[in-house]
Amino acid sequence: MKRQYDMLVIGGGPGGALAAKTAAEKGLSVCLVEKRPAIGAPVRCAEGIGKELLTDFIPPDPKWIATDIERAELVAPDDFSMVLEPKMAGSEVGYVLDRKVFDRELVWKAAEAGAETYVKARATAPIMRNGAVAGAVIEQHGKMYDVDAKITIAADGIESKFAKWAGIDTTVPLREIESCAQYLMTGIDIDAQMTSFYLGNDVAPAGYVWVFPKGKGLANVGIGIGGSKSGAGHRAKDYLDRFVKRKFPDGKCIELIVGGVSVCKPLSCTVADNMLIVGDAARVSDPITGGGIYNAMYTGRLAAETAIEALEKGDTRKAALLPYDTTWRSSTLGKALERNYAVKEVFVGLSDEKLNAIVHSISKINLEEFSTLTLITELIKANPSLLLELRHLKAFL
Amino acid sequence: MLNIRRDICGYCGACVSVCPEGALELVDAFLTVDIACINCGICEKVCPLGALEVVKE
Repeated sequence: MKRQYDMLVIGGGPGGALAAKTAAEKGLSVCLVEKRPAIGAPVRCAEGIGKELLTDFIPPDPKWIATDIERAELVAPDDFSMVLEPKMAGSEVGYVLDRKVFDRELVWKAAEAGAETYVKARATAPIMRNGAVAGAVIEQHGKMYDVDAKITIAADGIESKFAKWAGIDTTVPLREIESCAQYLMTGIDIDAQMTSFYLGNDVAPAGYVWVFPKGKGLANVGIGIGGSKSGAGHRAKDYLDRFVKRKFPDGKCIELIVGGVSVCKPLSCTVADNMLIVGDAARVSDPITGGGIYNAMYTGRLAAETAIEALEKGDTRKAALLPYDTTWRSSTLGKALERNYAVKEVFVGLSDEKLNAIVHSISKINLEEFSTLTLITELIKANPSLLLELRHLKAFL
Repeated sequence: MLNIRRDICGYCGACVSVCPEGALELVDAFLTVDIACINCGICEKVCPLGALEVVKE
């Protein structure tokens, strides 16, 4: 590890990897540090992603695609199920990834582009000069290194501390975190081309249960519940165990995965002097689905592009990095985050009766293209009684 | 004080993200708590596995 780089990237997930790759390709000296001993492990993800989103960044490769998804099933609290077949309308659906391989591939691409990568290397504090971030103190194998950087990318995920140490409040409110647990299960009777989503206050309060197939009889079976719904005796794992006992009593668990997903608004500002915050650390995971892979890759790449320009101009102060913040906010992603936050705020408060009504009415709609926007528009048409709950969403329609 | 049940902890970091004091830190697979902890119990609630308990002194 050198003592100085153009860019220091804290975290080796998809956000950090894309930032490092983008910067290294432009000839910047880049150091990426990952505190864990292996990139991509342990997995903390349901591993689903939309196809068209992914191909923005990397051509699909069978070695990190577990399954090609064709259908999605939505199951109401009353067990009524409806299947969406976007493929029949010509739309692409998604993949279930193998994140251990996928994340490794992304970091390998960054390394191949010229970035230095260090594992079991943890940022323990920012180096602050004149009130601005100027690198980080990195601990690796029991030694401390002062690593100076003109730009630091905070890509340290849900448990992000780096930006907090630098003075930015990244605390996720309890009611706006999903407390999650997931089993990788084998020997279960599922449609290997269909993802399933189960709704209901008894099933997953302020969240949902997912079944994301990873092969024949193999799936990520997981749950997220609202943080304020979690407590002794009714935690994510308790709900998940109950679901598994009911739906897959003969299935075998071969992996336990736990995690937190923020469903709050993004940080009010994602830049500071010499620093940009990306991905989960910036709280840009989707408030409805909890998906964050694309969001991390998009913000990671954009952060590096902004940093490159700022470095060329020789000014990396907050004002010079602000285009990163304004660009992602006004992008399709930023607008979707804003809209989906408003939708989420409505949905977490709905009773099972309302949720039943919604799923039943969606099943009667011939959705040409499945999107949150068309869904909400159609829902209000079909359920005028929901208008009261959904009135806050009018601004987004 | 906050007791971390290491036999239960899945070192996922959900608790770190909600800690209002920044008192928790996930060092690879080892969760630490420092003196900034105010025993507010938010982490105890959010933990998906129930690895954290605020113990009255």
